[in-house]
Amino acid sequence: MTMSEGDLAVMELRFVRAAMLESQPPPAGMRGAVGWLRENLLSTPFNITLTILIGLLFAWIVPDLIRFLLIDAVWSGADRDACRELVQNRTVGACWPFVFERWPYFVYGSYPLSERWRVDVFFVMLAIGVVWMLWLHAPRRGLGAIYFFAVVPITAFILLTGWRAIGLEPVDTVLWGGILVTIVVAWVGIVVSLPLGILLALGRRSPMPAVRLFSITFIEFVRGVPLVTVLFMASVMLPLFVPEQYSPDKLLRALVGIALFASAYMAEVVRAGLQAIPKGQFEGAMAVGLGYSQMMRLIILPQALKITIPNIVNTYIGLFKDTTLVFIVGIFDFLHTVEVSRIDPKWASPVTSTTGYAVAAIFYLIFCYAMSRYARATEARLGLSDRR
Amino acid sequence: MPDSAKAKPHIKPSKLKTDMAVDLIGVNKWYGDFHVLRDINLKVKGGERIVICGPSGSGKSTMIRCINRLEEHQQGQIIVDGVELTNDLKKIDEVRREVGMVFQHFNLFPHLTVLENCTLAPLWVRKIPKREAEEIAMYYLTRVKIPDQALKYPGQLSGGQQQRVAIARALCMSPKIMLFDEPTSALDPEMVKEVLDTMVGLADDGMTMLCVTHEMGFARQVADLIIFMDAGQIIESNVPEEFFNHPQHERTKLFLSQILH
Repeated sequence: MTMSEGDLAVMELRFVRAAMLESQPPPAGMRGAVGWLRENLLSTPFNITLTILIGLLFAWIVPDLIRFLLIDAVWSGADRDACRELVQNRTVGACWPFVFERWPYFVYGSYPLSERWRVDVFFVMLAIGVVWMLWLHAPRRGLGAIYFFAVVPITAFILLTGWRAIGLEPVDTVLWGGILVTIVVAWVGIVVSLPLGILLALGRRSPMPAVRLFSITFIEFVRGVPLVTVLFMASVMLPLFVPEQYSPDKLLRALVGIALFASAYMAEVVRAGLQAIPKGQFEGAMAVGLGYSQMMRLIILPQALKITIPNIVNTYIGLFKDTTLVFIVGIFDFLHTVEVSRIDPKWASPVTSTTGYAVAAIFYLIFCYAMSRYARATEARLGLSDRR
Repeated sequence: MPDSAKAKPHIKPSKLKTDMAVDLIGVNKWYGDFHVLRDINLKVKGGERIVICGPSGSGKSTMIRCINRLEEHQQGQIIVDGVELTNDLKKIDEVRREVGMVFQHFNLFPHLTVLENCTLAPLWVRKIPKREAEEIAMYYLTRVKIPDQALKYPGQLSGGQQQRVAIARALCMSPKIMLFDEPTSALDPEMVKEVLDTMVGLADDGMTMLCVTHEMGFARQVADLIIFMDAGQIIESNVPEEFFNHPQHERTKLFLSQILH
């Protein structure tokens, strides 16, 4: 018996699986270093071009950088002559003795020599607090929060400004400077702007018109004004309205200005996060009986803040670098101390400025990169519950 | 993780304070100019199971969402176990504590584990000690047959499992009334049954239930009353037997002919 073509077609349509297929390992090219290279660096012609271009860029910059910072660098000397090509008769790179000599000034500004231990104590306390807060497996993290948000600020205030009653000479903030000021300004900005930003963001979404109007006005006003203007207003205009003796300290005014400025930006960042939370989360929280503050604290904000971590850290990094603007109202932050030192005639040489700026760049890079890395790690950790 | 509680922990059976669980009297609601609920009158006694069906946009979800004030009504009265819903936040909280709700899209809290989802409200709203809240949670998770998933995150579960967690979460507050807003519409066909079985079990225990659903088999099995809505109003309500076999209104007949093949 022969089969017609019609029979054949029917035969091909019918199919019943006899044995289930076992899962197989992927082909060799997909795994290991080769697989990684292929997938990440060489996947498309465009990608290959990019890889080559970036490789060339590194090859162009990195050797010069190493030569300047390390190989040709001057490591010892007493004054500018050590760093001058004409005197040394060789190619001169970074002028490190300048940095070594000026380092205490970079760190403390004009803080009295005999009192600088107080700044060191503050740095140590702050470092302990930061590690305690950020290291997830640290013991007693609840206590850490109290330490970080209550003990450190109060102690730091007493320690740094001084209190005669306990034998600490008052130190005028005019004398503060360098890394001390940068850290103080950034720290206050960071610690104040997040809670204040959250409040403003919640206020902006509040059903109460007065609260909403206040939040919107504040946010839009502050965002609509450059930071430099805010600082100017805080330090130049405020004293015009407030009698001299009641007028707060110059550094304090700058601190308040920066903190409020950062809060307005933070508010918008947080609001974006709140906006992204599905309505169902609010309804789910309300339906189980949570009140407004519980709903926000336990359900909405944890999720909203999690998705805004990259933006929050972005704002923090921006804030950290914006602290350099306080120089405009005559406060000596780290960059300003570098700036003042590099024009010191004692160290005047063609490489002094470059060296000073390189130090500043490395300093800011370390801090900003650390923030960025920590944020990445946090994102990865919280990503566990991401799969909805 | 606490042992999957075999014995029923000291869960106080919550009884309604009044005979009337839910009483809607002349309820009207508008979205802007759109009249979504039109003169809704509905009385639900304690222990009654009401199934609400109707075409989409008929206002059935809106109606049950008014019962725990996820939606506000503009006219008429809604009285839940003797508490009238007004703008008084205390009253709203009081009602929400006693009324559990299960949503179409589960609305579990993705950043909390299954167990934490279940213990959250008892801990913060009822102020129950943590241990006890966990015992209660494990009891209900056992009841919906997923105690072994307690430490996972919702995102790691299937839709049917998530919906059962949502039911357990609502039950952990020992509600007097349960609202179901299309609990099976977002589920894969294979998972619908596990959720319906859980709901049937709940009905057998005498829970007062209002379910918006198109699962007519479920309606036949457990409903004391079926309500058919269209265009924001109740078109017909009847006991299941009569509703399915002798629908009166033309719109009901049309609807039934579309969904029962």
